[in-house]
Amino acid sequence: MMPDTNIFVILPTVLLTAWACALLLLDELVIKRKGITALLAAAGLALALGFALMQTGSEMTGFSGMVVLDGFAHFFTILFLLIGLFGVAVSYDYIRRMDIERGEYYVLVLFSVAGMILISQATDLIVVFLALELLSIPLYVLSAFANPRADSEEAGLKYFLLGSFAAGFLVYGTALTFGATGSTSLSAIVASINTGSANLTFLLAGAALLLIGFGFKVAAVPFHMWTPDVYQGGPTAVTAFMSAGAKAAGFAALLRVFMIAFPSLSVDLTPVLWIISAVTMFAGNIIAIAQTNIKRMLAYSSIAQAGYILMAFVPYGNPLVADTAIASGLFYLFTYTLTSFGAWAVVIALEKAEGKGLEINDYAGLGRKYPGLAAAMTVFMFSLTGIPPTLGFVGKFYLFSSVIAGGYYWLAVIGVVTSLISAYYYLRVVVMMYMREGAPERTSETWLNVTWGASAVLTVVLSLVPGFIFNWATQAVLKIF
Amino acid sequence: MDFFLQPLTLVTFFPLVGVLVLLFINSEKKNLLRWTALVTTLLTFGISIWVLSQFNASDPDLQLVAKYDWIQVAGWTINYYMGIDGLSILLVLLTAFLTPIAILSTWTAVEERVKDFMIFFLLLEVGMMGVFLAQDLFLFYIFWEFTLVPMYFLIGIWGGPRRIYAAIKFFLYTMAGSLLMLLAILWLGLYTGTFDVPTMLAKGAIPADAQLYLFIAFALAFAIKVPMWPLHSWLPDAHVEAPTAGSVILAGVLLKMGTYGFLRFNIPLFPNASLQAAPWIALLAVIGIIYGAAVSYAQRDVKKLVAYSSVSHLGFVMLGLFALNAQGIEGAILQMINHGISTGALFLLVGMIYEQTHTRELSVYGGLWKIMPVFGAISLIVVLSSMGLPGLNGFVGEFAILLGAWGAGQTEVYGTVAYAAFAALGVIMAAVYLLYMFQKMFLGPAGSITQEHKLRDLNWREIAILVPLLILIFWIGLYPKPFFALMAPAVENLVAVVRAAAMGMP
Repeated sequence: MMPDTNIFVILPTVLLTAWACALLLLDELVIKRKGITALLAAAGLALALGFALMQTGSEMTGFSGMVVLDGFAHFFTILFLLIGLFGVAVSYDYIRRMDIERGEYYVLVLFSVAGMILISQATDLIVVFLALELLSIPLYVLSAFANPRADSEEAGLKYFLLGSFAAGFLVYGTALTFGATGSTSLSAIVASINTGSANLTFLLAGAALLLIGFGFKVAAVPFHMWTPDVYQGGPTAVTAFMSAGAKAAGFAALLRVFMIAFPSLSVDLTPVLWIISAVTMFAGNIIAIAQTNIKRMLAYSSIAQAGYILMAFVPYGNPLVADTAIASGLFYLFTYTLTSFGAWAVVIALEKAEGKGLEINDYAGLGRKYPGLAAAMTVFMFSLTGIPPTLGFVGKFYLFSSVIAGGYYWLAVIGVVTSLISAYYYLRVVVMMYMREGAPERTSETWLNVTWGASAVLTVVLSLVPGFIFNWATQAVLKIF
Repeated sequence: MDFFLQPLTLVTFFPLVGVLVLLFINSEKKNLLRWTALVTTLLTFGISIWVLSQFNASDPDLQLVAKYDWIQVAGWTINYYMGIDGLSILLVLLTAFLTPIAILSTWTAVEERVKDFMIFFLLLEVGMMGVFLAQDLFLFYIFWEFTLVPMYFLIGIWGGPRRIYAAIKFFLYTMAGSLLMLLAILWLGLYTGTFDVPTMLAKGAIPADAQLYLFIAFALAFAIKVPMWPLHSWLPDAHVEAPTAGSVILAGVLLKMGTYGFLRFNIPLFPNASLQAAPWIALLAVIGIIYGAAVSYAQRDVKKLVAYSSVSHLGFVMLGLFALNAQGIEGAILQMINHGISTGALFLLVGMIYEQTHTRELSVYGGLWKIMPVFGAISLIVVLSSMGLPGLNGFVGEFAILLGAWGAGQTEVYGTVAYAAFAALGVIMAAVYLLYMFQKMFLGPAGSITQEHKLRDLNWREIAILVPLLILIFWIGLYPKPFFALMAPAVENLVAVVRAAAMGMP
């Protein structure tokens, strides 16, 4: 029998979904210790990662052009699987310690990762929507996982309501685009625009609504309102997983849809993106200064980081620089994922029951008591600021270079000015850890320590040898199939 | 292995070996930690002497080059590119020379968290060396920004009462300048397709209309570091709060990174813009000279007085650099070294007395000479050197700078000799505030502090710290020729670049 290429294209997604279903049953019927569920979930992710690596270099479409396997999808597939593995690693001890250990937790993570991978492969707006729901619904549940803690329930509900609202925008945008072009397939939309049969007014309205929908997912200003509350209220391990995964997934969809389908609208959309990016960087960084809770601070920091990634997207309609711009955006996304996961892992290590240990003041004296943990956190803070020698610096270097190559000098200036603002609140954490006296207590657990330790080492080491990540990112060019 | 045995790579990264060793030493063994750091920096100094022995002073070009491919992405290439020439060799030697002295000065001054202190200090040395040796803008920027990190911790953890404020101010101020430079570096890299400066220069001139913007972006970063008036306000805070060793390195080396940046990047990369900007830079430099001197005189805190004197002295360096002629630039380079030695020594002296009395108020001192004759004698020499007494090092540098500024005044570069004339006024003002300080502390009736504390004269360790500096003060003052000989060919080269640019201008 010939192997089915359709299945091959979405192999990691299929595997993860099947694995998750099986795990749900096993967890209920067979497994007595929830730790086993975590290990099996990690095994599933690792297996999917193996399949994803097997797909390296393949370029093909599946299911009548609704999904695609290309360098771009490949980049994101690997990124999402790593995020999944990180997510399981930081949860393993955390959910037990917080007394919310239930087997569904890991199953939901697997479903969400499957949705993320699918969204990076989607070349049809319907699939984009399906994948977005597949990745979001588990996240809504996960945010409320710490029930009956009120703030967790609030986070889940808030995320669910606003997420559904955003999905509404997305569906409406899809409908308008369909109305304007007669198709939901990205390649057919392009064809319709090129032949001149598309209604450009509806198309622009559709694109704008899609932009709003994705804007919610990546937490760009002014669609960011849910972020601080959800990040703060949700279990920290979920926040870590969500802040990296959901954001990356939003960007994957945003990039593919706009780069493929709407380059002709760039005259209208580039200024909009310019403004969203600038406002996001300013608002995220300035509001972060006022935060005293580390989870809220990191939430606003993640908003600001979305602004930086959006910068790479501003010249998307310019074919001369679009490829390097995307590569720089992806590189930055990788940088952000690694660094923010590390930072969240440190937060998890210091969190106590009842939401204690989450104030920035609680970090006082960390440098003296736990030098390793504090050094790692310092690396993450410097990396988020963009100080060498960390990966964050290389990411910003690459990012700003593509913005300058696109000719958007003022946006680059705003980028560096807001980086300077961000230095203030990132440094405050360092000040707390090293320059104030205190007696923090941490939790030491193997997988958690591995997460922050490995992230810190990689953040520094990869900044000195970033060559292969560059290559990985530059292979992720988008083209029409 | 080949990579690590390059002399310049070795001199830069050798302190990391010390860091590794320190990591495995128990934090309670304070003396072992101190000795490890000291031996590491002394060995680094030894390596820098080896570099000097390999250096061919008559060759104006980069030498001992270490160049390897590093990162290649579409649109740009980045090299690991280190090189040394007449513009940087003295600064490398100064760095290697001052670091062990600074570490020796912490022997009894730093008792808290010795291990962390030494690690940050060695990391700082790596950063400083890298700044002076990197020939690729990406590499340079990494070292440049990296020096912020250890210095930030040194001020913030071991500093005075307002240390956190001073540390954050230092960090943000410097970073503010560097970020615009980062954008300018990116523009240059995209325009020329390379980040390595010699290749950039070989590719021909940068368009004149872009030069001015790029010049300003680079100049802002360097001017904050120097610091030039009116961007100096971080300096007094950082100096006053920093521990003595930090102040020594801050004044001795870190400020020179700013002036060196002008010398290495601004002038050769943007010669046309440099010519245009020269009168403005000179104006700011002269204001800095006079302002720094006047504010110094008004201080009641000895350390602050010395800190503000740096603003004045660095004004001289800037005035010499932008005279854009051989005397001016050579004088400026020598003055960078002189300032590192003299002001470094002043900070050490202030630190030594502070360790005994825990106050830096001028008013409580007086009559120290009688109680501490050795301390008084050494202080007098250092004060005289700092104010530029003929026969000591300060005079040689300032004289060459004034000569250069005068020469530039007679050409179009400065257009008027008034800058040189006002700068000369600054020399006199330096005598006023420095002698005022000396008189208050060492002469006259015994101050109130002598009753409160039983003061002792300098011990052997303290004398050992100061003697090498004194030797250099006399050496440069009496026989500066070898120092000039090291830099002259490279400076001639640089002046020729500017002259060629001037020819092409209307």
